[in-house]
Amino acid sequence: MGMTMTEKILAAHAGLEKVEPGQLISCRIDLALGNDITAPLAIKEFRQLGIEKVFDPGRIVLVPDHFTPNKDIKSAEQAKLVREFAREQGVIYYEVGRLGIEHCLLPEEGLVVPGDLIIGADSHTCTYGALGAFATGVGSTDLAAAMATGECWFRVPESIKLNYYGRLKPWVGGKDLILYTIGDLGVDGARYKALEFTGEAIGELSLDSRFTMANMAIEAGAKNGIFPVDEKTERYLEGRTKRPYRIYQSDPDARYSEIREYDVSKIEPQVAFPHLPENTKGISEVGEIKIDQVVIGSCTNGRLEDLRIAAKILKGKKVHPEVRLIIIPGTQKIYAQAIEEGLIAIFIEAGAAISTPTCGPCLGGHMGVLAKGEKAVATTNRNFVGRMGHPESEVYLAGPAVAAASAIKGRIAAPEEVL
Amino acid sequence: MEIIKGRCHKFGDDIDTDAIIPARYLNTSDLKELAQHCMEDADPSFPRKVKPGDIIVAGKNFGCGSSREHAPLAIKGAGVAAVIASSFARIFYRNAINIGLPIFEAPEAAKKIEAGDEVLIDPAQGIITNITKNETYRMLPFPPFMQELIAAGGLMAYVAKKVKKP
Repeated sequence: MGMTMTEKILAAHAGLEKVEPGQLISCRIDLALGNDITAPLAIKEFRQLGIEKVFDPGRIVLVPDHFTPNKDIKSAEQAKLVREFAREQGVIYYEVGRLGIEHCLLPEEGLVVPGDLIIGADSHTCTYGALGAFATGVGSTDLAAAMATGECWFRVPESIKLNYYGRLKPWVGGKDLILYTIGDLGVDGARYKALEFTGEAIGELSLDSRFTMANMAIEAGAKNGIFPVDEKTERYLEGRTKRPYRIYQSDPDARYSEIREYDVSKIEPQVAFPHLPENTKGISEVGEIKIDQVVIGSCTNGRLEDLRIAAKILKGKKVHPEVRLIIIPGTQKIYAQAIEEGLIAIFIEAGAAISTPTCGPCLGGHMGVLAKGEKAVATTNRNFVGRMGHPESEVYLAGPAVAAASAIKGRIAAPEEVL
Repeated sequence: MEIIKGRCHKFGDDIDTDAIIPARYLNTSDLKELAQHCMEDADPSFPRKVKPGDIIVAGKNFGCGSSREHAPLAIKGAGVAAVIASSFARIFYRNAINIGLPIFEAPEAAKKIEAGDEVLIDPAQGIITNITKNETYRMLPFPPFMQELIAAGGLMAYVAKKVKKP
């Protein structure tokens, strides 16, 4: 019997011919990732082992993206700890002013390739599945163990096959597809499983849209999200990486725990209401919801395609007088490119605040925290209670098109309402 | 794993890591500080109410959301002896085992135990006894590898055995 892409990558990294769901294996990892809030714990644990060097500095990446530029003294101390460890060990490290949000940055830098096995001390590490890699989030202790040994243990997950067919409606993108899917599966519908994204509609998506979808696999409880590798993937990789890579394909007789089909031509832009990502509604069912803030950015939707969509809608328009619009390009390169294309000028002209790459408001850290009773539309990935600030604030998740339109109208709005 | 006995606090489904330890407290990794804000956004009175040895009982998908290890650390730091839930989110599950916070998957127990109940958890037998209600519930056993990790004292203890110079 055949194997899925996920099973094949895990087997290859465990040195096994074959693996089956439920099997516990130890895999060698290609890359391990940490940030300014998860790495400090990992470094502490690593030190306690008493070994001097990480297993391979070229396979460890540290990106201080969450509470940077340093949000307060405590965060500065955490960032300092990570910086000093990075220098001491010679791992791959990015500094403020030269970095990006980790899950926007790593693919851009060519650090992830198809067939890779990647762990990250950040739940949205699943993003790299868009490149046909196995990528999953782990905790700080797992990161510490991996830094020491170059290995990580896994329980092989079952795979759910998601097939998307038909043609996308105007303004519907990867974010809408994944929100719709999470609404369908539920926040634990894919618990412990691999989500495999397939179908003609997937083939039509840009890499930016695929990153968005893979990014939110965790919000359905999944272990990882994974896309097939096609010419679009290979074109994305060209010039970014010199590393050789292996393309895995799911066998035609691979076994799936379930298969779901989605006719994308029936899907309209989606909004996930407080306080769960599964609480989705189509934009036509949203009703009248006045908002105070809009955030466009994050590891989910901080890429160039997202900024271009937002700019198309904001061009020549103004942000509603009672709304703060905060736009955060995902990396310095994206920021520079957005300036080059005139997108930043459009945003500033409209009345938006532009920030250096940071996770910032997504997790209620800084750069746009909400007060009691405030409501925000965000292109981020979670809307749990207190996610963006006060426990009595609300976050509505959406794609960049709905976010931009909402910033103009002062309430949750469809793009067609402002064009 | 040893027998655990304690008084229960009850929570619902999908208790996420932002509720367990809000991100505004993630600028520290100090156990005592984190413990002061444990479960704060799910129940602001919890940090004051909880006593060492207490047990958290919750519904499905406990610990969903972020990979932050600060979540099980906050719970452990608050002196909570164990978490019983009808199911756990996967990163939280791993993290809890890695740091030595006892967790037990027991759907029936999660449903029937009420706030204030005194329970006894026997990991070796795989049984939870509700002393207050005079009921017993079975729990799902850990796979042998997980039992090894737990017996070794968590992931780092397990790794230490492998990497430490003789």
